[in-house]
Amino acid sequence: MEKNGLLEGRKKFIMHKENEVPITISCDENSLSGAVSQRACVYCGARVVLNPITDAIHLVHGPIGCASYTWDIRGSLSSDSQLYRNSFSTDLREKDIVFGGEKKLASAITEAYAEYHPKVIFVYATCVVGVIGDDIDAVCKNAEKELGIRVLPVKSPGFSGNKRSGYKAGCNAILQLMGETKIVETIPGSINYLGDFNLAAEAWIIKSYLNEMGVKLLTVLTGDSNYESLLQAPRAELNIVQCAGSMTYLAKQMQSAYQIPFDKVRFLGVDETVIALRKIANLLGDTDIIKRTEKLIERKLTEVTEVLKQYRERVQGHKAAIYVGGGFKAIALIKQFNNLGIDTVVIGTQTGDQEEYEMIRSLTKEGTVILDDTNPNELQKFMLEKGADILVGGVKERPLAYKLGLAFIDHNHERKHALSGFEGAINFAKEVDLTVNSPVWDYIN
Amino acid sequence: MAKSKSRNLVNLNVNPCKMCMPMGAALAFEGVEDSMVLIHGSQGCSTYIRRHIATHFNEPIDIASSSLSEQGTVYGGAANLVQGLKNVAAIYSPKVIGVLTTCLAETIGEDITHIIKESGVASELKGIDIIPVPTPGYAASEYNGYFVALKKIVAFYAREPKVKTNHINVIVTDLTPADIRELKRILSLFEVEYTIFPDISETLDAPYKKGFDIKTEGGTTKSQLRRMSAAIATIEFGWMTPLGLSPGRYLEETFDVPLYSCPLPIGLNGTDLFLEAISKIYDKQIPVELKKARGRMLDAMIDSHKLNREGRAVIYGNPELIYAVSNLCIENGIEPVVIATGTDTNPLVEQLDQQLSRYRYNPIILKDCDFESIQEIAVEQKTNLLIGNSDGKFIKEKEDIPLVRIGFPIHDNIGASRQLYIGYEGSLRFLDLITNTLIDKKHEAYRDKMYNKYFVN
Repeated sequence: MEKNGLLEGRKKFIMHKENEVPITISCDENSLSGAVSQRACVYCGARVVLNPITDAIHLVHGPIGCASYTWDIRGSLSSDSQLYRNSFSTDLREKDIVFGGEKKLASAITEAYAEYHPKVIFVYATCVVGVIGDDIDAVCKNAEKELGIRVLPVKSPGFSGNKRSGYKAGCNAILQLMGETKIVETIPGSINYLGDFNLAAEAWIIKSYLNEMGVKLLTVLTGDSNYESLLQAPRAELNIVQCAGSMTYLAKQMQSAYQIPFDKVRFLGVDETVIALRKIANLLGDTDIIKRTEKLIERKLTEVTEVLKQYRERVQGHKAAIYVGGGFKAIALIKQFNNLGIDTVVIGTQTGDQEEYEMIRSLTKEGTVILDDTNPNELQKFMLEKGADILVGGVKERPLAYKLGLAFIDHNHERKHALSGFEGAINFAKEVDLTVNSPVWDYIN
Repeated sequence: MAKSKSRNLVNLNVNPCKMCMPMGAALAFEGVEDSMVLIHGSQGCSTYIRRHIATHFNEPIDIASSSLSEQGTVYGGAANLVQGLKNVAAIYSPKVIGVLTTCLAETIGEDITHIIKESGVASELKGIDIIPVPTPGYAASEYNGYFVALKKIVAFYAREPKVKTNHINVIVTDLTPADIRELKRILSLFEVEYTIFPDISETLDAPYKKGFDIKTEGGTTKSQLRRMSAAIATIEFGWMTPLGLSPGRYLEETFDVPLYSCPLPIGLNGTDLFLEAISKIYDKQIPVELKKARGRMLDAMIDSHKLNREGRAVIYGNPELIYAVSNLCIENGIEPVVIATGTDTNPLVEQLDQQLSRYRYNPIILKDCDFESIQEIAVEQKTNLLIGNSDGKFIKEKEDIPLVRIGFPIHDNIGASRQLYIGYEGSLRFLDLITNTLIDKKHEAYRDKMYNKYFVN
């Protein structure tokens, strides 16, 4: 530990942007013990990806905590079944740890089926299950045979990697559900939309754009998806991927298994949304779609431009710090702040990759601090040093911002307002205004 | 006579009504001055627990993890643990570090006490007390984890006292920071010296000030913890606590500090018992101000007694809390229809029997239960009131039964740390909240109900 209060082992995860100097930052590594990382675990990552599947039973095989802390904490919306909002657990006890939990799991699956008749059950392996060696593959396979439904193991012991590994575990379970090879015909002109969890109706907002463009949206993965819609997904002609951190892997697998090409988009902010919509239209290459897309963009831009201008006048000149889960969100946020006349002075992610950090470097001004897997201590230090007066972050970062007297933007899975698309851009600007222009800041000085 | 039941499904817990041991232990350390917690396990445990606590109290909660990976799991996590302790010391320089285990650490056989001792880390980090607390998540709930940690902390500091002091220990559970401030006020009115343990009144409800420092002020101090064995008596809000877990019992057995086990001072009777205990220990009269508050509470109880009789309540949460809340309800004619806890011990049946039979109440008592079971019975029994933490919001939303919040966690409302539930004044505020909830519900439905019932038909 140095005088400036940084742990030696954390230094390679921290970069100060200087022009012309290529960035090297360590990322996608294990968190440093005792550094108070803001990350969760593999199980958390898997649950993020799978939980929005609405008619599934999400059965956590392990002691109670994992299911307790993740029960209905995310704002994913459903147009149909509400089953996914429950948290099911095998609630393993000491004797199960000693004698093994397979029997209990098998019985739990039977009980869950008898009570709820789901078409699919996801069985999440937690830390202890990974250690005591329960063969959950076998238990799931037997249950499938016995019950005639899909019972899919999710390999998510908490210690077996980081949140990114959890995304992958979740994606693997989805692939298993969809099948190893394509056995259905492609529906021409149809697309899947990957990496939107329908928080605060975000996927529905994007769906409404696609409808207006004349694009057939087959399946969203995984916001407001269900057993049937996931089985349809291999029929799409194109996959578009948002939230690249969690879903690029799935897109690649779907490309090799079902020959569905994919491209990445971002629907955060007006600029990104416009680029994304044009990209989709051009990829599908239909002149009617392209025409309708331009019309939609024109109409939406007329709606939002003036509103955003007014917000910009109210909020410009502030300095932002960003700490979010994935790199794609961080990148989009820098641009959104730019459009509002706000510079980003501190930025970090929990699970960003090298490519994303390079992009972040290119988008930020000299002197910006870039952080991977940071902690409250570093956040506080750099926010104060760089004079940030607004922080974007998750639930754990919020109280820190408030104690420091900083404005705060909720960019987490619990929020109740959409941040995607044109509507989301307005919501974002409005939230910046709500927080930075609150009278409360006049009273703390 | 109360009927005791468990949850509906044998092998499946649907919507948990409990949390895990490290959660309770982490909460216990939050009330120790200048302390940090390091959870020995995978990264998720500490992050989930932080999130849960931070959202309830709206305070920054820093809890470290030893961030065990595959390697640590296969070859042992000693190196991670030692490095973690050093890093926590370097960033926070705390006076105390509580080291908690997890399902993972316990299952791979990590002996944290041994690791801390053998590695020499304790002597390297001079001036920091490292207190290991084994809290395997599968062994019990957060309720047990809390008391296990309290007892470990008390035992860590307790020494045979040279001289007895004239102060009392007050060992608390399930209290808010505002409750603890009220507790201090009450004790000051008696003009007695006290040690409250754990004391979250400042640590989890810190005032805003310029120049925030993550080292929050407040909490039970080391010197207060050291003098607990010299106290004149211990009052422990641990009426339901299994004897083996009770720190007060430990002080009594080891250092002859007499233990007064009391229910939480919620409700008329609950508060009476607490004040009588202080009065007895010091042979002092109950202060006039508190007598007046009692009179006001009685006056208010009369005011709302008919309204309260229409309440049919589902009470859930930790044993200590649901016992006290049930008593408040019974005193006021609110029928406790379901009394539920997710922990697997629930001595409520015997404890409440006398009060229940006095008013001919026959509640269903659930232990080791989940919210699925609670929801089913809540509907079946036509209840009209939920009293417990915010996890009841699911039933509230689905069955349209109003929820009055008490306990941990409260995530869907703001200000949990400022709520006052104890003493005559706190109990009365809480009772008013319950009564007003019943009134609102009644008034909202009044016109439509009458119209549909008598005019349309």
